[in-house]
Amino acid sequence: MTNEELKLTIAKLCSSAEFKDGAQFLEVIVPAADLHHLCRELRHNGETAFDYLFCLTGVDYPTYFEVVYHLDSTRHRHVVVLKARTASREYPVLDTIGDIWPTAYSHEREVYDLLGVRFNNHPDMRRLFLEDGWGFPLRKDYVDPVRIVER
Amino acid sequence: MAEYREIIFNSDKIQTDDYFVNIGPQHPSTHGALRIVAKLEGEIVQSIDPVIGYIHSGIEKMCESLSYPQLIHLTDRMDYLSAHMNNEAVCLCIENALQVEVPERVKYIRTIMDELTRIASHQLWWCATGMDMGAMTTFFYGLRDREPILDIFEETCGARMTFNYNVPGGLMFDIHPNFQKRVKDFIRYFRKKLPEYDTLLSGNVIFKERTKGLGVLSKEEAIAWGVTGPSGRASGYSCDVRKLHPYSAYPYVKFEEKLATDGDTFWRYQLRIEEMWESMKIIEQLIDNIPEGDFAVKMKGVIKLPEGEFYQRVESARGEFGVFIVSDGKKNPYRLKFRSPGFSNLFVLNELVKGVKIADLVAIMATLDLVIPDIDR
Repeated sequence: MTNEELKLTIAKLCSSAEFKDGAQFLEVIVPAADLHHLCRELRHNGETAFDYLFCLTGVDYPTYFEVVYHLDSTRHRHVVVLKARTASREYPVLDTIGDIWPTAYSHEREVYDLLGVRFNNHPDMRRLFLEDGWGFPLRKDYVDPVRIVER
Repeated sequence: MAEYREIIFNSDKIQTDDYFVNIGPQHPSTHGALRIVAKLEGEIVQSIDPVIGYIHSGIEKMCESLSYPQLIHLTDRMDYLSAHMNNEAVCLCIENALQVEVPERVKYIRTIMDELTRIASHQLWWCATGMDMGAMTTFFYGLRDREPILDIFEETCGARMTFNYNVPGGLMFDIHPNFQKRVKDFIRYFRKKLPEYDTLLSGNVIFKERTKGLGVLSKEEAIAWGVTGPSGRASGYSCDVRKLHPYSAYPYVKFEEKLATDGDTFWRYQLRIEEMWESMKIIEQLIDNIPEGDFAVKMKGVIKLPEGEFYQRVESARGEFGVFIVSDGKKNPYRLKFRSPGFSNLFVLNELVKGVKIADLVAIMATLDLVIPDIDR
C-alpha cells in the first residue's frame, strides 16, 4: 500500500489519529486510549498486515513521553511509524501491545527500565538492565553526580 | 509395598518441587556476561528467564552528549563482531539525513569490508558453536582462518576489532595498496578451507543427530518475535536487509538470500556456513572493480542533522541492525536508539527450549549467535 492508501485505512480504523507526512516513513500519532485497538486492527487486517514490529523505543519530551513503534509488513512491505504519547510525565502509562507482537514485551521492559514508562497488562514489568531503585537514566532530568561528568 | 508402587507410578501423587539452575553470568557457553535462570524438572527445561544488564554501559545515554563523529566510536563496542556494519549504519543514517551522496569507491569498499566482517563473525561463531557442543578442534580451525581477515583489517585501518573505519561522508583513510591482493589471496585460501568445516562438523553424524529437529522456530513465530538474520532465515522468513532495502554497493552485486524451512538448530547452523559462501561471491564481484575516486566527501567541521527523525537499517552478522536518531537540530542527537538484532533474538529463547534437555539449551543458544554487548548496550 502507498502512504496515501495507508492513511485512508488508518483514518477509517481510528478517527482521532493525526498524520505527519514528509518524513522518511508515514508517521501516525495515536491517542493513548486507541493504541491497542489500532495495533490489533493493523496486525490482523489483511490489507495492512503489519506483522513485524522492528523497533520500539521511547523518547523523553519536556511535557510527555512518546513511545515510537516501527511496524513493517512482511507481506506488503510497507512501513508505518506509530507514536503514542503519555498523558503526563508524572505517571506515564500506556497499554502493552505484547499480546499482538510478543517481541514487544522485552522492548517495553527496556523502555520501562530506561525511561520509566509503565505498560498496562504487561505480565512481567520488571527492570531489565538496572537494579530496582535506580533512576531512569534516559530521562532528560536524570542526575547522577557520581557517574556523569558535566562539561 | 503395593501402595508404594502406586505412588511411584502414579505421577500426580508425587510432589516434586521445580528447581532452578543458574547458568552464568560467568559461563563459557553464554559468550559473555549473560545469566540464564532455567526452571528444570529433572533434566528437562520447563522455561528460562534471561537476566541481562551485567555489561550495560548506557551507550544510548552517552550518545546524547557526543557529537555524531564521536558517537560512531561507541557503536563498534556494541556488537564487536559486526563492528563495521554498526559503524556503517550510523554513517548511512547521517548521510541520508544530510542528503550526502558518497563516492562509488566508498560504497564498494564499505561493502567489501562488510562482507569480510560477516565472514570473520561467522567463523568465530562457528568456533564457539563447536566448543559449546564439546568439539574443541573447531576452535583452532576457525581462528586459524579468521586471522588473515583480521590482518587485512589491521593493514587497512589499524585495528583488528573496533575499526571505526567509517566516518560520515566516507572512510577515514583510503585502502592500503595491498588490500585487493590480500583479499583475493584470502578468498582463494578460504574457498579451500571452508569445505573442511563441513567435513569436520556439518557432516558429522553425532552433530547432525544432536541438532536436527531441536529448538524448532516456525516462520510465524520468527516474525512475531522479530528474529532476524540467519536465525530468522532458517525458519523461511525472508528478512535480508541487503535484499529488501539495499544500501551501499549491494544493488550492484548478485547473490542469493539463503533460506531454509525447518527452522531447527541444524539449519540455523547450516545457513551461516552457506552465508560465508555467498559473502565470498559478493567480495569477488566487487574486489576487481573498485572505482577510482575520493575515499570521502568533504563534510562540514561540525555536523548538525536537520530536525526530525531518521531510521537506517543494515544487515549485521546477527540480523537487522537499526539506528533511530531523533534530532533537534543540534550537533548531538536528542535521542538515539540502537535496534540490536541480538536483543530480539535472545528473548525468543524461552519459546525454543521448552521441553529440551539442559545440554541442548546450550546448543540452541549457540546457534542464535548471541553477542552480549549487543544486547546490553
